Amino acid sequence: MTTLSIDHVSRWFGNVVAVNDITMTIGPGVTGLLGPNGAGKSTLINMMGGFLAPSTGTVTLDGQQVWRNESIYRHIGIVPEREAMYDFLTGREFVVANAELHGLGAKAAQKALATVEMEYAQDRKISTYSKGMRQRVKMASALVHDPSLLLLDEPFNGMDPRQRMQLMDLLRRMGDEGRTVLFSSHILEEVEQLAWHIEVVVAGRHAASGDFRKIRRLMTDRPHRYLVRSSDDRALAAALIADPSTSGIEVDLAEGALHIQAVDFGRFTALLPRVARDHGIRLLTVSPSDESLESVFSYLVAA
Amino acid sequence: MYDPTVARLTYRALLGRRRALILGALPLLLIVISVLVRVLAGADDQTASDLLGGLALATMVPIIGVIAGTGAIGPEIDDGSVVYLLSKPVKRPTIIFTKLIVAIAVTMVFSALPTFIAGFILNGNGQQIAVAYTVAALVASIAYAAIFLLLGTVSRHAVVFGLVYALVWEALFGSLVAGARTLSVQQWSLAVAQKVAGGDMVTSDVGLTTATVLLAVVTVVATWYAGQKLRSLTLAGEE
Repeated sequence: MTTLSIDHVSRWFGNVVAVNDITMTIGPGVTGLLGPNGAGKSTLINMMGGFLAPSTGTVTLDGQQVWRNESIYRHIGIVPEREAMYDFLTGREFVVANAELHGLGAKAAQKALATVEMEYAQDRKISTYSKGMRQRVKMASALVHDPSLLLLDEPFNGMDPRQRMQLMDLLRRMGDEGRTVLFSSHILEEVEQLAWHIEVVVAGRHAASGDFRKIRRLMTDRPHRYLVRSSDDRALAAALIADPSTSGIEVDLAEGALHIQAVDFGRFTALLPRVARDHGIRLLTVSPSDESLESVFSYLVAA
Repeated sequence: MYDPTVARLTYRALLGRRRALILGALPLLLIVISVLVRVLAGADDQTASDLLGGLALATMVPIIGVIAGTGAIGPEIDDGSVVYLLSKPVKRPTIIFTKLIVAIAVTMVFSALPTFIAGFILNGNGQQIAVAYTVAALVASIAYAAIFLLLGTVSRHAVVFGLVYALVWEALFGSLVAGARTLSVQQWSLAVAQKVAGGDMVTSDVGLTTATVLLAVVTVVATWYAGQKLRSLTLAGEE
């Protein structure tokens, strides 16, 4: 059981407060650190990983101070957001070097490469890797010593859907094995799909914390607005308003579009294409009009 | 104190990229000039001493020291890949000490060795001039590597500061202001060379004892301080 405790942690850079009095406890399982860009997620993860001193407060791993404590890295695996990673090495050389720095050998490296399914490209130079391959080799380097805590900063950035799914499976497995896995993301769906527990950070503050179902309900219950264009707007509007998942529809003649307010996000997204097909209506545009992260987060914070 | 994995990564980073070309260019230039001087002017002790003192020790050694010393750690800190070294249960001073050894070795190979070859070409080691300047280059390599490794650890503009120190302080101020010479790695290493050469071909403004003590102190303090700085190195996020 590995528990990471963040206790009244603040961090400021000059006059700018990046992290403001955050207290949270990260236990075994997968935890998602969610927040818009610039919310202080990376600053927080850097402090959790011992690469940044908190201005006030403490970060401890099972009671041990993280900052300026090299021995703590026997228990921590880190997947940084930055790309740079000794590009002149092959994937295998890189992971072997990481294993050696932990006092381990090529066997541990090979096992880690197998875990992330990168054996097929292990003898290629890292400089030739795609973003997803880099991410997986980074994962391998973080897993060589079988850490009980895994910290990942925006691990899904730039990955294609298939790579994303593979990595999610891997992280889920790590969580099931009882490891403490924390990843940051600014994408709601990523966090929703993967995390058992969510910590939300907005503008350096701890905005919400808890079970993902509770937070998902908060997210899905909020009204969603869509802009829809179709071959027959009025017929589509009539068919949609009959369903309880929509609470209002405006026919915008000037725009030639429908503004739809949906109250049940999941149900509405399934309903729209079905209704259109049943009525022989072609959908030309379907775009969420208030899907900006800020509006979602401000909704979360207000809730 | 020495980690072979850190050493391997540092060697490959230093010698693998374009840096190797730059490292090789100056020694090559020195040897070419030496051959030309020997062919055109013949063997002359004074010329040999001037060339080895003015070009090899005053210019080439510090520049190689800047490239190897800052290059041993600066780029890793700049691009953030140093995180893979720092996120390991390896003592930070061990990382610095290992990188220092690598930087010293590279500086010696690319500066002391060509100095020795050039000296032999110029006057066949007459009056021990080649050996004396080679010893000076070896000694200076240690101090320069330590100073510039520290610079690479604390500053993102290490190469610029390093070159300013090497060229402006050592070369320019050193020749204009007598006091600056006392605080010059070049003069300290010359003091050691003077002892080796014996005659009056190689001279230093600093006494041997003072020079030895200063060389040792600078090397040890710079290395210790770099270790401390690395312990508190902050990797800022990209936010």
